[in-house]
Amino acid sequence: MPEAVAGRRRRRRRLSFNLYLWLGGGLLGLFVLLALFGPAIAPYDTAAQDLFALMQPPSAEHLLGTDNVGRDILSRIIVGTRYTLSIALVATLAAGLGGVALGAVAGYFGGLTDRIVTGFVDLLLTVPNLVLAIAIAAAVGASATGLTVAITASFIPPIARLMRARVIELKEEDFVSAAVTTGMSHTRILLRHVLPNASTVIVIEMSLNAGQAVLVGSALGFLGLGVQPPAPEWGAMLGASREFYAIAPHLVVAPGIAISLLVLAFNLTGDGLRDHFDPGIQR
Amino acid sequence: MTFVLEAKGLSKRFAVTTGMGGHKATVTAVDDVSFAIAPGETLGLVGESGCGKSTVGKMIVRLLEPDTGEVRFEGRDIAHATHGELRPLRRRFQMVFQDPYGSLDPRQRAGDIVTEPLVVHGIGDAAERRRRVAELFERVGLRPDQMANVPSQFSGGQRQRLAIARALALDPALIVADEPVSALDVSIQAQVINLMAEIKAERGLAYLFIAHDLGVVQHISDRVAVMYLGRLVEIADKETLFSGPVHPYTRALLEAVPVPDPARRLAPRDTLKGEVPTPLAPPSGCAFHPRCPLASERCTRERPLLRRHPSGAEVACHNAF
Repeated sequence: MPEAVAGRRRRRRRLSFNLYLWLGGGLLGLFVLLALFGPAIAPYDTAAQDLFALMQPPSAEHLLGTDNVGRDILSRIIVGTRYTLSIALVATLAAGLGGVALGAVAGYFGGLTDRIVTGFVDLLLTVPNLVLAIAIAAAVGASATGLTVAITASFIPPIARLMRARVIELKEEDFVSAAVTTGMSHTRILLRHVLPNASTVIVIEMSLNAGQAVLVGSALGFLGLGVQPPAPEWGAMLGASREFYAIAPHLVVAPGIAISLLVLAFNLTGDGLRDHFDPGIQR
Repeated sequence: MTFVLEAKGLSKRFAVTTGMGGHKATVTAVDDVSFAIAPGETLGLVGESGCGKSTVGKMIVRLLEPDTGEVRFEGRDIAHATHGELRPLRRRFQMVFQDPYGSLDPRQRAGDIVTEPLVVHGIGDAAERRRRVAELFERVGLRPDQMANVPSQFSGGQRQRLAIARALALDPALIVADEPVSALDVSIQAQVINLMAEIKAERGLAYLFIAHDLGVVQHISDRVAVMYLGRLVEIADKETLFSGPVHPYTRALLEAVPVPDPARRLAPRDTLKGEVPTPLAPPSGCAFHPRCPLASERCTRERPLLRRHPSGAEVACHNAF
């Protein structure tokens, strides 16, 4: 039965794509749960110090050990999820919104508008994103808000460029011409016909950017330009414990693994989405 | 006599970059083209690929702005109207595109594709729109249950029917059809042409029907215009043109129409020699002279203008008179 064979093949393809998306999505879902219910799940208070148990290696009592002032590392990692995750998500969404708007306007209208927007975006792009983030964090002040603004600004250019290129491509499509000949406004054409057809590439790019945002956010936290101690932000935890890594390596390893896992979750999700929507792209 | 559409002296040039050195050049895609279409009339516009016929169509529906000339639609010159000025006027002239795979938004449902023009122009309420869209679906031969499908679920012919339904939704006076059947299977072409002919007869709308072969145009047209390298070379009533083509290029095109009669194959065929010259460097004088069996010395110098031939056709040829 050819039809049954085709059906089985379809199902198999869906399964193989599911591997990435399921892994990434599952991991991400776990982190979201930790971010939402962290304080309820964490076994200890993140600020509670046990001065008789400093820098203890993992044990039954403290699964990931304790830090240099005797706080439970597992609890701090769990509660700290919400800082890293919310900074990454808010920054990625804001950068997505800003980048899509700029890229769409530049690509659709072209001409002088395009040159101004592209010039602005290229200017942002000439500064390495970490340097730009440091500059903004220095100007706005070291805080979660400053960090979010900094990451947003550094992730606008790639989205804007991607969107601009896609819109220029779509503008040549007959269905956009058809929209013009039916008498639609530019706004309607952009929102109803251009944007929906550009959304896949943007969503994929954004999920990959979110992984990057976690890294940049943690790096800035590490440098003391983000969330300030004693808040249990992973980057700040890394920064605070780097002096002790020789005598208590688990202080560095735990937040490091947490950061890597969250980046992995976003990247797997991004790859999974790309495989789902663009099966033609071979890696 | 009033016309739905009068095109007067339309010209369009494009800047192009050629070669590896990035040389800038201009191509004259359309050069001084004039014609008129009466209400309910179909003008077939024929020519080889690259002769500028699609550019003419796009200027008429103002997807392109002409460099010079007028596009008089129902008496009003819209050649240089802005996007905003054109929007309310666009109800009256619609377009059907060549590629039904590209002209429908792949993310839109078929019902929405036909409804959207009504929404954009604020025609009717939700119930009235539903009724009209259902009527249109029936008219073009699609089933009402197909409204929820997306374009990829339709065949090429069905998609073109959908595109026709969308063009009809606003009840236009003119439809510009840019090679509406050339992307379709031959067996489907006739169905779509017949559909367009029936709709024209029912609604009295006018077509500018663009095609690259005369065979397709013969069935549906009242008059036929022939283009070569951006200019009109002959324009005449269908009967006049098909029974007595005057311009040597028209004659060659007619010779190229396949005839389903094996006996005809024995007749000597005056097929064209050579290729269409590049529009980057069109020949001097009459652009057709390098391929023309009648070409004389005058043709290389002097560009012929459209003149009335005794047969009734208007012809741009020095030696046809």
